[in-house]
Amino acid sequence: MVKMAHIWQALNEVADPEIPVVSLVEMGIVRDVRLDEQANAVTVVITPTFSGCPALHVMRQDIETRLHTLGFSHVTVETTLHPPWSSDWISEEARVKLKTFGLAPPPRHGGRLEVTFFAPTACPYCNSTDTRVKNEFGPTLCRAIYYCHACQQPFEQFKAL
Amino acid sequence: MNESHQTALSTWLLAMADDQLILAHRNSEWIGHGPILEEDIALANIAQDELGHARLLYELYAALTGDDPDKLVFFRETAVYRSTQFVEYPKGDWAFTMLRQYLFDAAEMVLLTQLVDSTYQPLAQAAAKMRNEELYHYRHSSAWLKRLGLGTAESNQRTQTALDTLWPLAQQLFVPLPAAEFLTTDGVIPPATVWQEAWEQVVRPFLHNCDLAIPTAAAPPTADRAIHSPYLAPLLAEMQEVARFDPEATW
Repeated sequence: MVKMAHIWQALNEVADPEIPVVSLVEMGIVRDVRLDEQANAVTVVITPTFSGCPALHVMRQDIETRLHTLGFSHVTVETTLHPPWSSDWISEEARVKLKTFGLAPPPRHGGRLEVTFFAPTACPYCNSTDTRVKNEFGPTLCRAIYYCHACQQPFEQFKAL
Repeated sequence: MNESHQTALSTWLLAMADDQLILAHRNSEWIGHGPILEEDIALANIAQDELGHARLLYELYAALTGDDPDKLVFFRETAVYRSTQFVEYPKGDWAFTMLRQYLFDAAEMVLLTQLVDSTYQPLAQAAAKMRNEELYHYRHSSAWLKRLGLGTAESNQRTQTALDTLWPLAQQLFVPLPAAEFLTTDGVIPPATVWQEAWEQVVRPFLHNCDLAIPTAAAPPTADRAIHSPYLAPLLAEMQEVARFDPEATW
């Protein structure tokens, strides 16, 4: 019998399609798992990061594929908008991984996104805060573009939401 | 929710979704043509966000009517679209695009703030989801309006010309939709007058501080969302071309 812990462990191996160093669980995208042992079915509830995120259907497919390997006959992926995804949910481990991927982690805001607009952003390469935002919009909906004056590198930040 | 309330709500949701979709498409026309690379990227992002908002609203609509959001977008005829002429007008110059985006962002921001308290849970939840994304848009378009309004004589002039055209067009956003009183009495949506007043409280002082004069004449070209500008049909023809060429195609 597949235990709940195994399911979460498997889900923790499903990578974010746009940032493959972190998992959907670490990103706070997986919200709930419901198991129906009699029907050998599992339902996973996920929430989108940015509402226009084109990676959502890839996430859904990847979750289905991974959980089918655990032997479930039915895997359902539901989406919820409530509560709305917050970048505060990104785990500490994931924040370290984002940095190794070259992405500055988003500042925490406790529900008031406005405070992040004035937060200093540390360069993921040299940790200097002598950085400047070049564009609040980047190559994907969830990334902003920065420049580090200390190591003279451009870098990206995972945007706060 | 009884049938007449449901019809009123689906009518309203379709109108809101269509505005998001058409403006997103208009802004996407700048991709590869932005004045600088950063703006090209920024506007593409904003367009994609608005497309995401359109999708959320079409999904709420579809939950009531059983329609397929993709079919609504790619196979609906011009006459049954419910977009305002405000979003249909061609992208114009940079001042026109940025001013329209600013006026729309302000309208969306105040509406979403009010919708967070909607008595219709799915709508309240979608509004809470969209609102934080909208903060980024508003910051961006308002920064541009400051730059354009207070920049040079030419940038101010171009923005003023855009405002003279867009101000009356923007009023159409706030024309109450058929049977909307069912929704306002139940607290599903705010009354259009409340929405419009909140919008004006934001945009009037802001535009004034950008050295822009708000036109006195402010009658929308039409109060009827079934009456479109001549610009919608060509836009839809382009947007729907691929889907209509091969309706069975899958990604």
